[in-house]
Amino acid sequence: MQALTPYKDAIDIVKEAGGEAFEQCYQCGLCSGTCPWNLVTSFIVRRLIHQAQLGLVDFEDDDLWLCATCGACVARCPRGVEIIDIMRAMRNVVAEVGAAKVPDSLRITAKNIASAGNPQGEAREIRGNWAEESKVKTFTEGTELLYFSCCVPAYDPKVRRIAQATAGILNKAGVDFGILGAKESCCGESIRKAGNESIFQSLANSNIQAFTESGVSKVLVSSPHCYHTFKNEYPALGGNFEVVHTAQYLLELIRDQKLKLTKELNKKVAYQDPCYLGRHNGIYDEPREVLRSIPGLELIELPDSREESICCGGGGGRIWIETKKGERFSDLRLEQAIEAGAEILAVACPYCMLNFDDSVLTMDKGEIIEIRDISELVWGAI
Amino acid sequence: MSDAVLVIGGGIAGIQASLDLADMGKHVYLVEKSPSIGGRMAQLDKTFPTNDCSICILAPKMADCYDHSNTTILTYSEVKEITGSAGDFTVTVLKKARYVDAKKCTGCGECTEKCPAKAPDLFNMGLGTRKAAYLYFLQAVPRVALIDQEYCIRMTKGLTKDGKPRCGVCKDVCQAGAIDFDQQDEEITLNVGAIIIATGFDPYDPTSLTEYGYRRYKNVVTAMEYERLICASGPTGGHLKRLSADDRDPKTIAFIQCVGSRDLHHNKYCASVCCMHSTKEAILANEHDPEIHSYIFYIDIRASGKGFQDYVARAKKEYNVTYIRSRVAEIAQDAGENPVIWYEDTNSRQVKSMTVDLVVLATCMVPRTDAVGLAAITHTALDEYKFFQTSPLAPVDTTIPGIFACGYCQGPMDIPESVAQASAAAARAAEIVS
Repeated sequence: MQALTPYKDAIDIVKEAGGEAFEQCYQCGLCSGTCPWNLVTSFIVRRLIHQAQLGLVDFEDDDLWLCATCGACVARCPRGVEIIDIMRAMRNVVAEVGAAKVPDSLRITAKNIASAGNPQGEAREIRGNWAEESKVKTFTEGTELLYFSCCVPAYDPKVRRIAQATAGILNKAGVDFGILGAKESCCGESIRKAGNESIFQSLANSNIQAFTESGVSKVLVSSPHCYHTFKNEYPALGGNFEVVHTAQYLLELIRDQKLKLTKELNKKVAYQDPCYLGRHNGIYDEPREVLRSIPGLELIELPDSREESICCGGGGGRIWIETKKGERFSDLRLEQAIEAGAEILAVACPYCMLNFDDSVLTMDKGEIIEIRDISELVWGAI
Repeated sequence: MSDAVLVIGGGIAGIQASLDLADMGKHVYLVEKSPSIGGRMAQLDKTFPTNDCSICILAPKMADCYDHSNTTILTYSEVKEITGSAGDFTVTVLKKARYVDAKKCTGCGECTEKCPAKAPDLFNMGLGTRKAAYLYFLQAVPRVALIDQEYCIRMTKGLTKDGKPRCGVCKDVCQAGAIDFDQQDEEITLNVGAIIIATGFDPYDPTSLTEYGYRRYKNVVTAMEYERLICASGPTGGHLKRLSADDRDPKTIAFIQCVGSRDLHHNKYCASVCCMHSTKEAILANEHDPEIHSYIFYIDIRASGKGFQDYVARAKKEYNVTYIRSRVAEIAQDAGENPVIWYEDTNSRQVKSMTVDLVVLATCMVPRTDAVGLAAITHTALDEYKFFQTSPLAPVDTTIPGIFACGYCQGPMDIPESVAQASAAAARAAEIVS
């Protein structure tokens, strides 16, 4: 047992984040037992909370960076401890107070986001390039809907298909929509969870300003992470926009008969509940309804679904941190899907797509199962 | 002015309050919703920390209470309305039809034996069935059968084409001529000077804690179900078995504490008796079969009563009971229908899994659902958990003068405490009616 140095100011930051409930943690260990990390290695969440309670956090501990903020522990915590907020505060002490070293990949990502407005560090000017083929207009005053694709589909050619399918559907349904291209910045949800509060604040302010100046009132998002922060975090900073996720919006279009799904997809499809759509925002039924609307499609449920869904591993900044082979939740989940007989694993989050695509590749399962965003499946059925 | 007292609820608290008042020479009307007095205590196998047979120590009190010259026991009855104030309450009681003449029925059980209709056995927590013509339980007081109109063939199926009733076996076989299908619900008006509420608790339904798989997994049962399973008068005749089709005797049992208790998503309070009843249940398991090893998953053991700590120590030392400090995160199930428990062993700081034969959930205890209705009828206040509100220096006084509350309906407590409160409530009521 090594002596841990108490940083008084740092501890105050952490304690403040935990609030009153944090004091009430009775160290039952439910969080550790719930955490998906323990399916692959050991991560004792309770220990971190206890250290924080005692004011003896070991900021050098690599465990600080494990939490994928999936929210499974928070949903069950009998004392209402906001475990994610505490994790975020501990990381904040490292990232912004400098109590220890930030993992390299995260440090580079934070730098990219701070300078270029996206985690990839790509030029702002090319953010809207994906939309050229899809003939998407730039959002101007009076346009009904802003489509905010998320940085991943905007810059990563591997998952660009999410944005393109969505734009295709919107065009087909005759929706008046546009994008803000170079004026958009990363939503900031994940970098905030990685502890970079000031970067988040500046991203949020920049987006709020861009949205407001352009006269945006309603935003459609492909990522549950954008959804979460726009809906639940931006209002505190003065950004009040109506936010819808594609799962909700597609269902609306289908119900209003603006979309006719006619092409059959005779496949067994399992749906992965993204943590930030499901547990964090309670949206479970809409994506399933959308999938059920596709003719021929047989929707199957994975063993742990809805509230009990296992995270892909990409939240909380983990999408930018390399996870060792053998410790990837997406590998476990993919195996579950294959075992359940799924031919397609449907996702509704670009992070899920990145992680599962990667699992399919590294586990060499490409001939057995494919990963598709719900927007792609709908686009294919039109 | 009336010198009689109304006691609502015929569990151990209501029985004790009635007995005390009757012994003081006051007339008591004891109103009980179910067909027999006895309450939850009658459903328990043994009591802690003495391992007394629960019904054996309760039954004499039930009989004394029923036979006492100063008591009127109204079972299968509900309080519908109360008006007036301390010293002079007017009470309307609905006495539901049993379809059996209580004066004639000898409780011989012939009607039950021949009755062809089955119904879920609620006294046994729905484990197994009973007949539509039935005695609520073996030691029921009064020992009067009744007919469940929801399941009785004659009462549910209507007449045959020839205009004859479809069944009437019970009537045919009853030598006392007690069966009376024309019996009607009755309204009774009582005049009393004081009222004692002793409506007890319901076990909390753990289905909403989906992570524990109750109802999904056959071998995950609640503590109340376990009490019936291990009880000689229970559905298995006291042979402790798993509920899966394999019918196997369990050799490892996990008791999960604080299920729906001390949890702000469910009930914030500590139910106060579960640490001890789980200890008792684990001891009983080992007494039934010395090969049984029990594991009690707890957050902290609350053994704060006379002889409680020793009881826990004995469980560890003599009865093969292991206590593991952890709130269980999740219960899964393997191919053999064995529950698999996932938890962090907080002492070794490791997340582990354990496969057991049977899981017993120590569910929270909550005020009976009809406490809300009764509070409205009596104009008494409930606290945030719907327990009857009392105050520290008047622990059995409700917010209405002349109305008292004792036992679990006013807060978590065990049997001896309920009995003590019942005597206190009786004394307070006697002050008014003397």
